[in-house]
Order: sequence, then C-alpha cells, then structure tokens
Amino acid sequence: MSVAAQTPGAPRPSRLSGGARQRRRKAVNRFVMGLSWFAAIIAIAALLLVIVDVVIKAAPAISWDFLTQLPSSSFLNPSGGGIVNSIVGSAILIGLSSLISIPIAILVAIYTTEFAPPQVSSVIRFALDILNGVPTIVTGIFIYGILVLGHQQSGWAGAIALAIVQLPIVARAAQEVLALVPSSLKEAGLALGLRRWRIVTRVILPTAAGGLITGAVLGIARVAGETAPLLFTTSVFSNLTTNTDPSQALANIPVTIFTLSESATPSDHAKAWAAALVLIVFVLIVSVVARTLNERSRRKLGN
Amino acid sequence: MSTASARPPRRRLSDAHVKLADRIGEPAFRILCGLAALITIALIIWIIETIFNKASPAISHFGLGFLTTKTWDPVHNNYGAAALIYGTFVSSLIALILATPLAILIAIFLTELAPQFVRRPITILVELLAAIPSVILGLWGIIILGPFMENHLEPFLHSFLGWIPLFSGSFSPLGMLPAALILTFMALPIITSITREVFQTTDSQLKEGAYALGATRWEMVRMTVLPISRPGLVGAMILGVGRALGEAIAVTQVIGNVTQIKASLFQPAGTMASWIANSYQSANPGLGQSSLIYLAAILLVISVLVNLGARLIIRRTGTR
Repeated sequence: MSVAAQTPGAPRPSRLSGGARQRRRKAVNRFVMGLSWFAAIIAIAALLLVIVDVVIKAAPAISWDFLTQLPSSSFLNPSGGGIVNSIVGSAILIGLSSLISIPIAILVAIYTTEFAPPQVSSVIRFALDILNGVPTIVTGIFIYGILVLGHQQSGWAGAIALAIVQLPIVARAAQEVLALVPSSLKEAGLALGLRRWRIVTRVILPTAAGGLITGAVLGIARVAGETAPLLFTTSVFSNLTTNTDPSQALANIPVTIFTLSESATPSDHAKAWAAALVLIVFVLIVSVVARTLNERSRRKLGN
Repeated sequence: MSTASARPPRRRLSDAHVKLADRIGEPAFRILCGLAALITIALIIWIIETIFNKASPAISHFGLGFLTTKTWDPVHNNYGAAALIYGTFVSSLIALILATPLAILIAIFLTELAPQFVRRPITILVELLAAIPSVILGLWGIIILGPFMENHLEPFLHSFLGWIPLFSGSFSPLGMLPAALILTFMALPIITSITREVFQTTDSQLKEGAYALGATRWEMVRMTVLPISRPGLVGAMILGVGRALGEAIAVTQVIGNVTQIKASLFQPAGTMASWIANSYQSANPGLGQSSLIYLAAILLVISVLVNLGARLIIRRTGTR
C-alpha cells in the first residue's frame, strides 16, 4: 500500500511548485533512505568484523591441546599450554549461577503474572528493571563487600555475583512468556474447580515450558561472557591444577582473556584470541539457538 | 467419554487427599513465589546498603569534595573522582552522539525500508552485537582498533579538524576516542531495539495520511513517526547511556586508565567503572579501597536514576 503511494506517478507534481522542488524532495528522500541502508550495513559490518578478526587471530593458537591442557607454567614454552582449568571453572560458575537464579526468576515471574495485584506486580517489574540496570562491576563490588572482604575469593562469590546479573534477565523473559499463555486455559482450569497452584504447575508451566527454557538459555549466554562481576570475586586463581571446588577461587574464561589481553607479550595475545574464540562460539551459538527457539515457542503460544 | 466410563478409574486420589494437598500446596506455593519477589526487592536494598556502608569511610573523609578533586593519589592517600566523572560523561556522550542517529536510521530501515524477508535476520544480527562479550570487544579494541586509531583515524581527523582542541595533540592507541567507539557499538543495539519497537507502534493511518498528502517516504517518517516516537526515543537514549556509563571491562582495556582531564580525545583517560575494574588487584586497603567503593556508589546512584527516568518515560508512552 505504501509502495503504491511511493511510485512517482501517485502524487502528481503541482504545476506551481515546479519540477526543481520535486526533484529536491526526492533527492533528500533518496539520500536519507541511502543513509539508513548504510547504517544497517555498519552495524552488521561491526559484528562480522569482530567475529572474523577473532577467528583469524585465534586460528594459529587454537588446537585440541589448547582446550584440554593446563596453562603452560614454563618460561621456556610460552606459547604452549591451554585453558582447560578456565573452561571447567566457567562451566561450574555458569552452572551454579543458573541453579541459583533460574528458579527464583521463574517464581518471581509466576508471582507477578499470576498472584500479585497489579500495583505490586508493577513495583516488582520496576525492581527487576533497576536490578538489570545496576552496572555489573557494582554487582561485583557488592559481592566483594559481603563475601570476599575479610574472607577470600571463591567460586561461590563469583557464581552469586553472576546469579544477580542473570536473575532479572531470566525473570523478564519468563514474564513475557507467561503473559502469552492463553487465559482460556487458565479459565478452563478454574472452571474445573482447580486451585491456582495446580493451574500454574499443571497447565501454565507445561504450556510455557519451551519459552521458559529459551529465556533461561538467553540468560546463560549473557552471563557466560561477563567479566566485571568476577574480577573482584574469583580472579586470583591457580593455573597449576584444574580446580573444581567452588569454595576456592575458580579459573574462568572471561578473566583469563582479560588478564592475557593486558599482557605485553604476543604469545599471550594469541592465547587471548584463542580463548576469545572459545567464548564467542559458545555465546553466539547459544544466543542464536535460543532466539530461534524463542520465536517458535512464541508463535506456538500466540495461536 | 464412553471408553473412559467403561474402564475403572486408575489410581485416582480421593477427594480428601486432593483437599489436603490443596490446603498445604496453595499457600505454600503462593508464599514461595512471594518470597522470590521479596528477594528481588530486598536485593536492591541490600546492594545499596552494602555499597554505601563500605564506602562510608571515604564518604565521611572526603565528603562531596571527592566529586571535584582531580587526583587519585595512593601515595598520599588523597582520592578524587572529578577526572573519572569527566571521562565517564565525555565517553558516554560521544557514544550517544554517534549511536543515536545510527540507531534511528537502522530503525527506519527495519520498519519502513527493508524487504520483509530480511527484517528478522537483520534485527537478530543487530541484537547479536549486544551478545559479544565486552572482554572480547576490549581485546579487539586493544589489538585491532587501537593501532588503526593511532595510525589512520586520528591523523585523518587531525588533518581536517585539528584546529578544534578535541582533535589536537599527539596520537595514541589508547584513549578516550577508542573507548567511545567501543561504547557506541555497545549502546547501539539497545537504542536500536527500543527505537524499532517504538516506531512500530506508529498508527498506520497516520502514515497513509502522510502518503496521501504526497509525502515522500522520508517526509512521512519526519512528519509522523519521529514526532510520535520522541518520548520513546528519549527513553531509548537514556537506557543506551546507562549501558555506556556502567561498562567497565572493555573501557578499561582501551581507555588507558589515567586520571587526567585533557581536551584532546586522543589522550588516555579513565571512567569510574573502568577505574574500579583497573584497580582490582592494586587497591590499598582502607581509604583507597573505600574510595573505589565510593566510585561504585556514585555509579550505582546514577544508574538507578537513569533507569528510573528511562522506564518512566517509556512506560508513559505505552510501549512495553
């Protein structure tokens, strides 16, 4: 419809305004539309540029050994060794953070969509927005203040800091999914005389399960690359063993990239790129898969 | 129906059991959900309380003079945030100035211009920009962007705009400008996605009205979409700034981490968040550490205010 109005024939040029003015208007239009193509291309180019650079720079350093060996402790072999301790540590941190944050996030979402009066519900939404806006470095300082200061860095401190970052993301996604569950399903449950909690656990949660899972996975993708909450909580770790005990500081990929990137030696930079490749592949695959699944579960709920 | 009645009901709970389970389960479940909600709100209060509590030695020692003192001097235990506040403000402002027009243009592209089948993929690609971990953007900033800035972009800007103090002085791979560029790419997806949602809510009758008056596509956008979307756009910009203000890692990697106020954007600088990240190993216990947490307190207050403001504006326009 808009395309029809756009064709040159539709708005007949008035004789009084003259062709020059028409030409100028059309030129401005073409210029701005060209700019918006250009802007979209810039954004995509930036994304691709970073990804391609990571792949190219990581290629020489990435190998099976890099994924499965401990960092080289010998000065004689600066380019050898791997990051297996960071991979294991990151997996533990993300797992613990998810175990803490996802149940709370889904319960909060259920509370706001099913139980809370509208005013209370909007207060909690607001609180989630505020929590989501807290700079992650401040979250790190907060956990440092309550768990590390006077004690020591630990995997638990890092995981809890990540959980605070993850909580509002998963909760907001869960709220959106739960709001999409058709009210006819809930009403059918009520008509059968079911209590609220049975409707939630037997009808709403199974219906929304797909969307809830993808929301949780998006939260994982976001948190996997977070460095700032870990700097003050689990950044001083041993590279001699693969630690799996969260009461000690856990090695992790983001802090490893951070410290390697600050180093001056080229072999450290090469390792930083290789670790970045591991992280970016994980994050991008998880985000893309979650987004696609999200679309599908939404469409299913929408019908 | 008939088959169901023909078979004896399998393992049905008696009514008494159901009632008992409901009597316990219903309130228990409600309390569990309410508790989770309470945790969210309590967490915010706890964060604010802890940060201000741990910052209190520095707050009582320096008072508001902290905000106007430029030096960060661990040797004499004298700390001030002025240079870092300046750095935070300038880097976020440049990011906003660069990201906003780009975001508006991309939103126009996605809502008015792009063929239907590319809209979804391009939307996802732009949002994936936000998925790149900041530490990787920072690494890219150090090794790829930094040398490019020093050898190409900064001499280029200097040769045209060198008479402006912003683009004067010597070139450097680390500094305000690369930090601002990295922040631009971080703020861009946020501003774009909100702007796009706001643009989509424009009443199509208004658009068609503009077309019927003979408007070109750009004139239609300027006359209908942009004026209607203005509040939402302001909200989007504020949220984008909020993202830029609080970014610690990527900025600390590329900004150079110096507490100085220089007119030239080529020179190293520091932001509050980047300074905290940079000092993670080297903070003096006592006043030095407390001063770092004072920075976190300022950052926390700003980010809460920014989010409150943006959400109020966006909520009033009725999107989300």
